[in-house]
Amino acid sequence: MKKFILFLPLVTFAVLGYFLYKGLFLNPQQLDSALIGKPIPAFELQKLEDENIKLTNKDLIGKVSMINVWGTWCPSCKFEHPYLMKLEAQNILPIYGINYRDERKAALHELKVVGDPYALNIFDPMGKLGVDLGVYGAPETFIIDHNGIIQYRYAGPIAEPVWNNTLLPIIQKLQQQAKAQGAS
Amino acid sequence: MKPWIMALLLCVGTFLTGQAIATPVDTYQFKNQANQERGLKLARSMRCPQCQNQDLVDSNSPVAHDLRIQVFKMVDEGKSDEQIVQYMTQRYGDFVLYKPRMDPKTYILWWGPLGLLICGVIVIGLLVRKQRANKTTSEAFTESDEEALKAILKSDDNK
Repeated sequence: MKKFILFLPLVTFAVLGYFLYKGLFLNPQQLDSALIGKPIPAFELQKLEDENIKLTNKDLIGKVSMINVWGTWCPSCKFEHPYLMKLEAQNILPIYGINYRDERKAALHELKVVGDPYALNIFDPMGKLGVDLGVYGAPETFIIDHNGIIQYRYAGPIAEPVWNNTLLPIIQKLQQQAKAQGAS
Repeated sequence: MKPWIMALLLCVGTFLTGQAIATPVDTYQFKNQANQERGLKLARSMRCPQCQNQDLVDSNSPVAHDLRIQVFKMVDEGKSDEQIVQYMTQRYGDFVLYKPRMDPKTYILWWGPLGLLICGVIVIGLLVRKQRANKTTSEAFTESDEEALKAILKSDDNK
């Protein structure tokens, strides 16, 4: 008992040290989304290209898809854009774009110049859908299953490593599930 | 001026300037004074998801602006504090709350310090009791002890 007490400070130090060391490598900017496992929030917003066309959450349901939140004011989105174009060319899944807190004219100009990787363009100038999705910056990307349930959120620009290591495996798994359910 | 007076003034001055907190100015008009107080208090109790060490009132990031306007609006709509907190945590998670909620995941946060205090009291109690036990045994002074002591003292005197 007495010997054990002598070692107590060492044990405390080791435990504390372990957690503090682990904490060094955690990224406080990578937050878990509160919406994982929940359906896409209901919305009704204008289409970016045509203000007379209204898009709703129902337009995004049916296929495994990705929702990408972007704006022309966001430098990381510009960095990410060429990779999204590449993904679109591979035709793996539809990517829906939410133009977040932006101006219609600037956004349309941007898409015209650098290309449009999005299957649908949703115009969210007031950031209303952004708040409902728990968006805290741009770019953010959500992976949606075929039932319209949010399965994953990635905050930050998509690039080769995160796509290959994290996003693509999740998408492939969801697509297999969708296929299995569609077949039965 | 004496250096220590200057040091004292500097200390006091630092605390005084700390009171003047600059906040981003919004043009939001509350319906009444009570709503304004409640809205600001609520927004101050929530963390900006982008600049994580600032509250919603403090931060001038776009998302903090959106969220604080949303809080203000909900206050003016007559929503209760719980409803507003629920609205925020449903979208941004418990992370936005500066004061963690009481649930099984946060029990260690809420009860940990109390547990440590109790542990400390128990340890101190044990130590004190042990010490007391040691004292009583050493106080038991038998006759043979006394004789031995006398012999030692005597031999000391003879030196």
